[in-house]
Amino acid sequence: MDFSYTETQVMLRDTLARFLADTYDFETRKKMLVRPEGRDPGIWKALATELGILGAPFAEEHGGLGGGALENMIMMEELGKVIAVEPYLQTVVIGGGAMKAAGGAMADAVIPEIIAGNAVIAFAYAEPQGRYDLANIRTSAKADGAGYVLSGHKAVVYAAPWATHLLVTARTGGSTRERSGVELFLIEANLPGIVRRDYPTVDGFQASEIYFENVAIPGDALIPGGIDLIELLVDEATMAVCGEAIGISRKLHEGTLDYIKQRKQFGQPIGKFQVLQHRMADIFIEVEQIASMALMGTLKLDLPAAERKAAVSLAKAKVSRSINFVGQNAIQTHGGIGITVELSIGHYFKRGTMIENQFGSADFHLGRFEDLTLAA
Amino acid sequence: MHLDFSPEDLAFQQEVRAFIAESYPAELRGKQDEGDELSKEDFLSWHKVLAKKGWVAPAWPVEYGGTGWTATQRYIWSEETARADCIRLMPFGLSMVGPVIYTFGTPEQKAKYLPRILSGEDWWCQGYSEPGSGSDLASLRTKAVRDGDHYVVNGQKTWTTMAQHADWGFFLVRTDPDAKQQEGISFLLIDMKTPGITVRPIITLGGEHEVNEVWLEDVRVPVENRVYEENKGWTCAKFLLAHERTGIAGVAASKRGVEKVKTIARAEMDGDKPLIANAFFKRKIAELEMDLTALEFTELRSLAGESAGKGPGPESSLLKIKGSEIQQRLTELTLEAVGHYGAPYFRGFGEGDNAHPIGPDYAHRAAPTYFNTRKTTIYGGSNEIQRNIIAKMVLGL
Repeated sequence: MDFSYTETQVMLRDTLARFLADTYDFETRKKMLVRPEGRDPGIWKALATELGILGAPFAEEHGGLGGGALENMIMMEELGKVIAVEPYLQTVVIGGGAMKAAGGAMADAVIPEIIAGNAVIAFAYAEPQGRYDLANIRTSAKADGAGYVLSGHKAVVYAAPWATHLLVTARTGGSTRERSGVELFLIEANLPGIVRRDYPTVDGFQASEIYFENVAIPGDALIPGGIDLIELLVDEATMAVCGEAIGISRKLHEGTLDYIKQRKQFGQPIGKFQVLQHRMADIFIEVEQIASMALMGTLKLDLPAAERKAAVSLAKAKVSRSINFVGQNAIQTHGGIGITVELSIGHYFKRGTMIENQFGSADFHLGRFEDLTLAA
Repeated sequence: MHLDFSPEDLAFQQEVRAFIAESYPAELRGKQDEGDELSKEDFLSWHKVLAKKGWVAPAWPVEYGGTGWTATQRYIWSEETARADCIRLMPFGLSMVGPVIYTFGTPEQKAKYLPRILSGEDWWCQGYSEPGSGSDLASLRTKAVRDGDHYVVNGQKTWTTMAQHADWGFFLVRTDPDAKQQEGISFLLIDMKTPGITVRPIITLGGEHEVNEVWLEDVRVPVENRVYEENKGWTCAKFLLAHERTGIAGVAASKRGVEKVKTIARAEMDGDKPLIANAFFKRKIAELEMDLTALEFTELRSLAGESAGKGPGPESSLLKIKGSEIQQRLTELTLEAVGHYGAPYFRGFGEGDNAHPIGPDYAHRAAPTYFNTRKTTIYGGSNEIQRNIIAKMVLGL
């Protein structure tokens, strides 16, 4: 057992941290969000070309750095610390994960484009009726000659307005909630019949509703693996989000600790009051548990499916609960100023809140854990 | 002791229901249904209907324009207005400065201000908090220096809700810098159009413009605008805060909120069943109803004490703590219920086109409302301060 990072991992973390410290301060981020595209595309390009780190989780044969899930967690933690609105989760973690699973010509073509910062992939999986059940899918992919025709509506697709490619879950057969018949497709984002409605999200991202209106796609768009592969990719994404939660919650903790040392009421820093000291201690405890659970789940992503899912669900349930506590108490401890857009603390709180339910709420994941492990 | 309404109470309930059904402004109802932002005129439209009927200030003494209702009738009123989803009236005149004026004001002040609060002619705002004086309100530094028959006021207030609409503000100012903190404060009524006042917006996490900074620079205020004695303003301030806290419980509105959460949970699907059939979610609603019922009966007991001649005391802190926590929990459950559609941000969406926002109507403001409602455990004296009050004033610690 060894919990230390390798030299390469430390270098990856420090390189990204330094770059973000220079390019992603709170005021600069604010300006990015009000640009028409809702981000600064130069940042993504710089991550690819100047830093060369978008290849972190990819094999060297594709031009990657030879890492995996742990590297994704490290990257996501740093991105979380600046509430980055970069499509790393969607493109590298999920899209990249799908490409690694696909292998062959698709991987050879797309992975280098991801690493070069040219390909941006959005993951179109959620549907209005589906909540967090990945098999609750109505979008259909009907076989048509050598290809398929896609029809349906995908909800709240993060990063879709920037995407060159869409990774889409759709049904080639079976009824709405059946596991069999659910398949994964990688398609170009601008095919005829794809209609997008773009909007900002409450946590500063850009997303879309996507309507597939009889979109003809080639047969080799299908990535074999079905629902099992989709669950694996979402588990990997869930742990990446838990990594992001480490960064978000550390900043919530740090910002609040600074604040209670500086803010004076009743003739002393409010950090002198025992009730706030205990609350600060509780925030610290929850942040440490977020870090522990993010690591636990990430390290167990390689286990057989049932064990992997159980571990990921325990991790995400705990992270959801803890980041709820950390965010709410960070705001409460700041008082009114925490509710304004002027301090960064509220923006960390907003992203933290969205993490709570992303890829499943605490209840959803506790339920999945129970189903997997607590049979009577 | 019993819970039944008398025949008179039941008749009153029918009268109230009929009145609301007949008189609630249709345009306002439409905007609420659409989730539109309400303007000053919208807020005032319901206020003016009630003023005309004589029901705008049920809690006031009859001689100043109150209704003379019993505690039970007031309970029925708040239940019925919440049940019909009537907007809450702005509290700054009706629940805050009004009671201060009729309790501590001169006959001239009562005659001048009270009718205009009732009619809605004057919109009031509250100048209490300062950047350096939040929980420690008595440390406030905005100063008022006597100059003939005027005070000259300089300083900065913050978190001033709806000051952008205000005609008048009630301000706590320091008139004796040498006295002990609470003893050098006075309570001034200031015309917001007086030269030297600047109102600047503060934007909150849901994108709202509710609160403001108010800067006062050499603002000349007639001495006759001071309520109660010079340097005794803290008495008014404490009285007002206790009054503010009782309204803050918001029991009837939270009951309505629970019904809204249930409606959402029946509409949202969780697999092949509605979300309300989900054992975890159902339990959360049940727990919320449990807490809300406990709050309701605590408030009813408190009101019974009040109608027996006791004013709102330190126990109103209990109502504020539990009421604010329940309001937050409601928004939290709503956000959880709407799932993926909590993420899209629609404020200002569709400007210039008529495109309807995405997802179900009840989801559009779920996240911004959750963010915004973090304020309830902070404003009106933070819940930490309320616990201090209970510890000190009720428990004698």
